[in-house]
Amino acid sequence: MATRWLGSPIKRNEDPRLLVGQGLFVDDVQLPGMVHAAVLRSPHAHARILRIDARRASQHPEVLLVLTHADLPPALKEPLPKLIPHPDLKHHKTQYALAPDKVRHVGEPVAFVVATSRAAAEDALELIEVDYDPLPAVVDLEEAAAGRPALVHEDIGTNVAAHSVQRVGDYEAARARAHLVLARRFVVDRGCASPIETRGVVAQWDPKARQLTVWDSTQAPIPIRNGLAALFGLAQKDVRVVAPDVGGGFGPKIMMFYPEEVLVPLAAMRLGRPVKWIEDRREHFLATNHERTQIHDAEIALDQDGRILGVRTVFLHDAGAYIPYGLIVPIVAECTLPGPYRVPNYHAEFRAVFTNKTIVSPYRGAGRPHGVFVMERLLDLAARQLGMDRAEIRRRNFIQPHEFPYDVGLIYQDNAPLIYDSGNYPAALERALEAVEYDRWPEQKARYRAEGRRVGLGFACYVEGSGIGPYEGCRVTVEPSGKVFVATGVGTQGQGHFTSFAQVVADALGVDVQDVHVVTGDTAAFGWGTGTFASRAAVVAGSAVHLAAKAVQQKALQVAATLLEASPEDLELADGYVRVRGAPSRSVSLGEVARAANPLRGVIPAEWEGPGLEATRYFAPPRGTFSHGVHAALVEVDPETATLRFLRYVVVHDCGVVLNPLILDGQIHGGVAQGIGGAFFERLVYDGSGQLLSGSFMDFHIPTAVEIPEIEVHHQETPSPLNPLGAKGAGEGGVIPVPALLAQAIEDALDDLDLEITQMPLHPDALFHLIQAARRRQP
Amino acid sequence: MKPQVFAYHDPSSVEEALELLARHGPGAKVLAGGQSLLPLLNLRLARPEVLVDINRIDSLDYLAEESGWLRVGARVRQRWVERDPAVRRAVPLLAEAVRYVGHVQIRNRGTVCGSLAHADPAAELPAVAVAVGARMVARSRAGAREIPAEEFFTGPLSTALSPDELLVEARFPCSPPGWGWAFVEVSNRHGDYALCAVAAGVCVADGRVRDARLAYAGAGPVPVRLPQAETALREGWPLEDALRAACSEARRLLEPEADIHASADFRRHLAGVLTERVVRLAYRRAVDGAGGARA
Repeated sequence: MATRWLGSPIKRNEDPRLLVGQGLFVDDVQLPGMVHAAVLRSPHAHARILRIDARRASQHPEVLLVLTHADLPPALKEPLPKLIPHPDLKHHKTQYALAPDKVRHVGEPVAFVVATSRAAAEDALELIEVDYDPLPAVVDLEEAAAGRPALVHEDIGTNVAAHSVQRVGDYEAARARAHLVLARRFVVDRGCASPIETRGVVAQWDPKARQLTVWDSTQAPIPIRNGLAALFGLAQKDVRVVAPDVGGGFGPKIMMFYPEEVLVPLAAMRLGRPVKWIEDRREHFLATNHERTQIHDAEIALDQDGRILGVRTVFLHDAGAYIPYGLIVPIVAECTLPGPYRVPNYHAEFRAVFTNKTIVSPYRGAGRPHGVFVMERLLDLAARQLGMDRAEIRRRNFIQPHEFPYDVGLIYQDNAPLIYDSGNYPAALERALEAVEYDRWPEQKARYRAEGRRVGLGFACYVEGSGIGPYEGCRVTVEPSGKVFVATGVGTQGQGHFTSFAQVVADALGVDVQDVHVVTGDTAAFGWGTGTFASRAAVVAGSAVHLAAKAVQQKALQVAATLLEASPEDLELADGYVRVRGAPSRSVSLGEVARAANPLRGVIPAEWEGPGLEATRYFAPPRGTFSHGVHAALVEVDPETATLRFLRYVVVHDCGVVLNPLILDGQIHGGVAQGIGGAFFERLVYDGSGQLLSGSFMDFHIPTAVEIPEIEVHHQETPSPLNPLGAKGAGEGGVIPVPALLAQAIEDALDDLDLEITQMPLHPDALFHLIQAARRRQP
Repeated sequence: MKPQVFAYHDPSSVEEALELLARHGPGAKVLAGGQSLLPLLNLRLARPEVLVDINRIDSLDYLAEESGWLRVGARVRQRWVERDPAVRRAVPLLAEAVRYVGHVQIRNRGTVCGSLAHADPAAELPAVAVAVGARMVARSRAGAREIPAEEFFTGPLSTALSPDELLVEARFPCSPPGWGWAFVEVSNRHGDYALCAVAAGVCVADGRVRDARLAYAGAGPVPVRLPQAETALREGWPLEDALRAACSEARRLLEPEADIHASADFRRHLAGVLTERVVRLAYRRAVDGAGGARA
């Protein structure tokens, strides 16, 4: 079988449909008799609910249903499920469908209204009277960790949800013999994903069939189905969850549950009418999970040659008001921190802390940018102190290509040992440095300086954990038409699975990629799986697709061998036919093979494993696979206006075997844009009372095409030994090193000021104050 | 994000519109391009009882140069002003500054008069109006009056218009010979409201600044004109000394507000930096005889 499709930069199968507006997003779902929901949200960050009076809202002529906590069935009165437990997570507090007696962040749902239109539902929200007794808001992370000024959850007597320590070697001993010990505090503040499609849920209940259908813009439709079945006492087969086209996920759309995901189905069942709720952008800022705030007190110990003896990071992680997703983000941060470097002694310790802010769960990068920021900054500052070139200090500490598999010594987010499977870290750095002509940079920089321009070069290295288990599955079916249908349980939010999975199948079966139709995210089409997160869909689901396609290939050869009276070894699949090698006239189409595999009379041989040209396979990787890369950029800084312009941006990216370079480039471009947004433009600003001050696109500045530079991508391919495709995840590499790179570039551009950048995100005002402070320090 | 219920009227004449405004008073809002009003409606930050949509009033759709004034009717989209070569010639500052308003899609809908009547102190066009000495033509059933730009803006999002008045036209004086104009802005992203922006004009003869106009956006509750800095430019010599004096006046006199995007001291600093940059640019254009037209 020749590889024809895999690895080719073919255009996406799904694009014509999406570009002409034929996508099916949740808000496109229109059903007869459908009614609309709106959510009353807490205006307070922290308050007791003394009284809720919804009578006037209930009397509104267009209102059909008003729900408060008191109106919920017993199962929904309880906190929603704990998603990912961890032994160190002592206080696994999860959110409520509707707040019972206390609200813990602005935007927390307090009441739910269904009316004949969304506008009427919003009118009715204003008629609900809620008496709040405001409590001091827990906003500052360090104060929160000390239990001040209040407790988010009084019953646990602390704001610290978890305290976790991981150790490799003996950091203290390493520190004692170090030539240089450098300690700094690094602060990475909140951010959020801002997908173009906000969340949305439509639910329809068929009381006769006892069938619940839910359209949900989730990244994980199968867990949502399983959870809904459990909450509503239904069989899993009687709940269908469809995540149709989803306009961007980036992490926050995997939760179980957001309150609306249970309230909309509940309302549909109570009313016997389809109910739609579409999150608006203002709600999205308050009610869809955030990510990021971490304060790291970090230290690095080195010998006189700049070799790392050890690293210590002790950090606070802001979990927000509840911690349904467990400790994933801080664990990913601590496990990403060592990166491509040998860190023989490592002490990582964190406290996950409740605050009166929106819940935190993974967002593209999911703690990785935090870890990389800390490590790369430590190396930059250490190099400066040692008088060493910043590339050289990295070269001296890289894990070498012959050292794989490399055991970092930690336990990763999948509870498996953190073992890098493969990679070539030095080669990636050299390629990036070559691309930006690092060896000639001093002269180039001097030339800019002579023109009165401040241009800095920054680069940063990272390792990206991806492709974790537990498993995904796939069913490949060839129909008598010759068309191939592929169903898998992961959801798709723009990653191009309709194309990359089709490429895998097209190569195995010798058909055109456009004849392969992929369905994702519909529990009625495939009912086993966990979801799209942690850069795992292409690796885990893609491998399952590969295994299922290979099984169908074998079966096609077996069935065709009977039809063609030939030995399977003498047959090949090409152009939609099975044919005898060297005798192309002796052939049979795949459609005919499919028909023959499902006869009306006769016998099905045991080795066919059942009827039809179809196979279902699962792939369960032993542990994650590790991509890596280096970004390098030239950034011009205007020190007077404290603004930036990217002049060049280079990405060297190694995610193993590339399935479709065009799709991969798109992933990286989008990631870099999101990374730049999160590093300099987008900020979630809270005031002291826990109010979000930047909760609209007027104030939360997503960069546009004007701010994002052209991005040059270089692919390096070090295959993974852990899956049949040799693939590694690519979803997050675009964002991970951006904050680290930007900090280094700004310091380089303003090297006469001796700046130290230890906080992210920056923005013009913060940069202005850093520059002013540095100027004041100068003699 | 659905607006509260409101009554909607789309009159086809100015008289009808004025009648509606007179009838509904402060409960009415005028809808032109809708680029600021519609978000405010959807967020329920504005809750008018009546919306008077002037998009069907064809008589307000004119852009004309007449007796030394550029007359911009209330329905003229920002994009028209941006692309019209006559505007670039007559009021080059307006043509340059309008490109900083939002993005093309916004300028395709947004109107010049709408932006002026909205009166955001960080917006570009109010600063231009103050810098060039534009005049606002307001009409009510009682008649028409002209309001100088400096009297028109009375506070953040508030103007001298009374509830029954419609801003039917903005008049910008055409640039006299010898003047050069420039607009510079710092914003976090292109198209955002200014952290600070300066609109400037200088009249140069024999290499010396004879007259100057400076107006700042994002530096106070209204677009701020700085006569003291203008005097410094007029009276200082050599140019470097004049610039230094003007910048120091800007830093000394402006009292910008702090918000989440910029502290007051950053805005004051920017006002100084941008004063220097904008005056240099305007000076060069005056000397080159380019007026202010950008390629």
